[in-house]
Amino acid sequence: MRYLPHTQEDIKEMLAVIGRTSLDDLFDTIPDAVKTKTSLNLPDPLSEWDLNDHMEKLASDNIACKGYTCFIGAGSYDHHIPAIIPYLVSRSEFATAYTPYQPEVSQGTLQGIYEFQTMVTDLLGMDIATASHYDCGTALAECALIALRKNKKADKIAVSDLVHPSHRQIIDTYLKPSGYKMVTIGHTKEGLTDISALEAMDDIAGLAVQSPNFFGHIEDLAACKKLAESKKILFITSFTEALAWGLLKNPGSFGADLVAGEGQSLGIAKTFGGPGLGLLAGTAKLMRDLPGRLVGRTKDTNGEDGYVLTLSTREQHIRREKASSNICSNNGLNAMTAAMYLSTIGKIGIREIAQLNHDKAVYLKSALTAAGFEPVFDQPFFNEFVMKAPKNFKQKRAELIDRHCMFAGLDLEPFYPQLTDHYLFCATEKVSRQQMDQLAKEVA
Amino acid sequence: MTRQPGTSGLIFNEPNVWDKSREGRCAISLPRADVDRAPLDPALTGDTPDLPQLSELDVVRHYTRLSQWNFGVDSGMYPLGSCTMKYNPKTNEVQAARQGFAGAHPLAGEAFSQGALRLMYELEQYLAEITGFAGVTLQPAAGAHGELAGMLIIHAYHAKQGRQRSKIIIPDTAHGTNPASATLCGYKSVNLKSGPKGILEPDAVAALMDEETAGIMITNPNTLGLFEEHIKEICDIVHAKGGLVYGDGANMNAIMGVVKPGDAGIDVLHLNLHKTFSTPHGGGGPGSGPVAVTEALIPFLPIPRVEKQLDSFRFVTDCPDTIGRMHTFYGHFGVMIKAYAYILSMGAQGLLDASRLAVLNANYIKESLKDTLNLPYDRPCMHECVFNDIRQKSYHITTMDMAKRLLDYGFHPPTVYFPLVVEGAFMVEPTETESKDDIDQFINAVKAIAKEAESAPEKLTRAPVLPKVTRLDEVSAARKPCLRG
Repeated sequence: MRYLPHTQEDIKEMLAVIGRTSLDDLFDTIPDAVKTKTSLNLPDPLSEWDLNDHMEKLASDNIACKGYTCFIGAGSYDHHIPAIIPYLVSRSEFATAYTPYQPEVSQGTLQGIYEFQTMVTDLLGMDIATASHYDCGTALAECALIALRKNKKADKIAVSDLVHPSHRQIIDTYLKPSGYKMVTIGHTKEGLTDISALEAMDDIAGLAVQSPNFFGHIEDLAACKKLAESKKILFITSFTEALAWGLLKNPGSFGADLVAGEGQSLGIAKTFGGPGLGLLAGTAKLMRDLPGRLVGRTKDTNGEDGYVLTLSTREQHIRREKASSNICSNNGLNAMTAAMYLSTIGKIGIREIAQLNHDKAVYLKSALTAAGFEPVFDQPFFNEFVMKAPKNFKQKRAELIDRHCMFAGLDLEPFYPQLTDHYLFCATEKVSRQQMDQLAKEVA
Repeated sequence: MTRQPGTSGLIFNEPNVWDKSREGRCAISLPRADVDRAPLDPALTGDTPDLPQLSELDVVRHYTRLSQWNFGVDSGMYPLGSCTMKYNPKTNEVQAARQGFAGAHPLAGEAFSQGALRLMYELEQYLAEITGFAGVTLQPAAGAHGELAGMLIIHAYHAKQGRQRSKIIIPDTAHGTNPASATLCGYKSVNLKSGPKGILEPDAVAALMDEETAGIMITNPNTLGLFEEHIKEICDIVHAKGGLVYGDGANMNAIMGVVKPGDAGIDVLHLNLHKTFSTPHGGGGPGSGPVAVTEALIPFLPIPRVEKQLDSFRFVTDCPDTIGRMHTFYGHFGVMIKAYAYILSMGAQGLLDASRLAVLNANYIKESLKDTLNLPYDRPCMHECVFNDIRQKSYHITTMDMAKRLLDYGFHPPTVYFPLVVEGAFMVEPTETESKDDIDQFINAVKAIAKEAESAPEKLTRAPVLPKVTRLDEVSAARKPCLRG
């Protein structure tokens, strides 16, 4: 096997040093009763040629390979990835290193993540951003746990039902065993979180609202903050489309205490939903409550600037059972990718790309309206919106996939059973006017 | 090959990325607008984030220079104990980058995602076969996330039995994340001391195990690199009191094709695809932490599950006893592709050989260095061996000093000061992909450093001198945190 370098001679010499006669002897300390008697039942090993064929066959069984048009977002967005991003991030010094436990030979990772933390705080208007989490859903669940730990008298978290449905399920999974509860807040007929429901609630540690929400609408975060403040609870906000902050007022400007976000839009391929990038940011006051790794700036013994992992007394390997989280490996390489992407598009690019997303989405919404779709809500949105489809759309949608590899929106009924025939559409900078016109023509 | 790999060469200074910024630069060519501008209500828009403004070459040079300050497996031997820094095959990267995988939207629908579903289904089957379990979930995003999933499964199992338990036994040779994972499930950790041989003694487990205890979390091989010889008896003791055995499979690299943990009595086991199955560590993720369980625990696995019906694959969410969802979509699919490609490239014999050679390499280092460094547990080891600095103490040299000096010799240091059960631990895991020549060089480096500790200790206390920076002031970093520029 080409990954295994040992010659027969090497093995013989090494066994002699150890005082053994065969490789099997090395496992003498394992009782016979637990040893496997038969060899593993796995397919015969493939050469690289055969592996390529096999993998291409599997890849092409996913329709994504045919240069498809994607009008679906809902937490995974089809953005352009500049060629330099995969090129740079695949440099093996980044990819084949581990967590920077030895900072002297990890300054590349450390400075890169420090810059990532800085750019994320700029993007979100927050004081501190961590070195990343798994995805938005798990970051949001961690935020809920922080709020519950900070407010020991409370045992519930109020979560908008326009928070991504999967994220709400993850919060539920994380809270259940500790006896905490998630209380869901409904939405108004305008498609915004009905925060008035919160006013009468007791024993709440935090309010979690997603903006742009799952319907794509921009929530009134100022009102959310005001209510959270009056109830003396933490205000948590989340998002699935990071590029929205190229255009919209950021969460920090509304006084968010904690922000959980998905950073997949920042140069990371969709890859069937993962790995993405969990973003987690907080106010300076909550610094010591944040889970996961943080990179800080310091000096070396010669007085030169350098970077280290810091505040590790919060973490599991030091605090063990008292740790703020059990997270260890996070999504470091994707954080590096996001930093590269943000440096590439820069201040000019992020505004322009964000505006283009919005422009295209507005165009698509009016094109679909003209084609007989019903715009359900009249709310400002970023790049996603909900439409009620004409009766025969389900059939047409399937034909569009078959004939043109065009994915026309996401059926909302599985997520919100009352929303029969409602679809969530997304338009990014990648879709052309021609593709949108084609869609409108086909479904008219 | 007498020369050590470490040397000095030209590397570059590089400021923070925003220090290179010049008003008006942009490293992306923006498409021409083909639709009308649709301004948002100014009340909703904010100031543009103050991102750096660079040309494409500025960006390329910045990250190229940063990368040159890093040490990766591709740069040199990286014997970081417990982390399994084996070679990351490049063909795996090619497979994961295929457009059909990288471009796949997670909500495209099952009918249009059959390749991804088949890959996930087959990978689950392979991992079940390698570990000896009935069911596998690939959803957890990292090892610690898998641990949490595993503990949630144990919690859900006890809830289903009608009586929740309050404690969990965690040996002093377990991984550092174990107690934190248990706490997230509301379990109080009960510490269990390993015996004089560095492994668990059944009597000690029996003394702690009662009907208030949900189970035990065992890392096997443990963090001393030793196989828990009494694993079967310990499992029997825990089962007899109605408890479950959680296996931390982070060290599965040592025993593929040799032991199936499921056959040894373990109930739940997590794996790290980024350790045992060769996917890159990425400077701290993304990893992937699948969880394997016995037949009885399959109902508790997270949703969605992947199922095969005739010749097609689908997601199943209708599982009333599930612990719920752990990830927004299906886990780190991109990492799964690489592990799958690795297993298909290795085959059964290749995986067995990998484990055998990993154990051969570790024992060879143990025997070759035990006259140089103190070896607290002088027993045949599995994939890693743990020394400490007792012999160097008289020269006022610590494990940290030796680790830092190794950097000058061109090696990534081993894991230091872990496991906690060995004071001043120096934990070496060479992995199977290091050749005898490279290992001999490492052994010679450690021997030379031990000599320097006697004759020129300042070479160690001042080390490292070759990397971009010298030792960093971690105390000030934590006392006055500067977390953004």
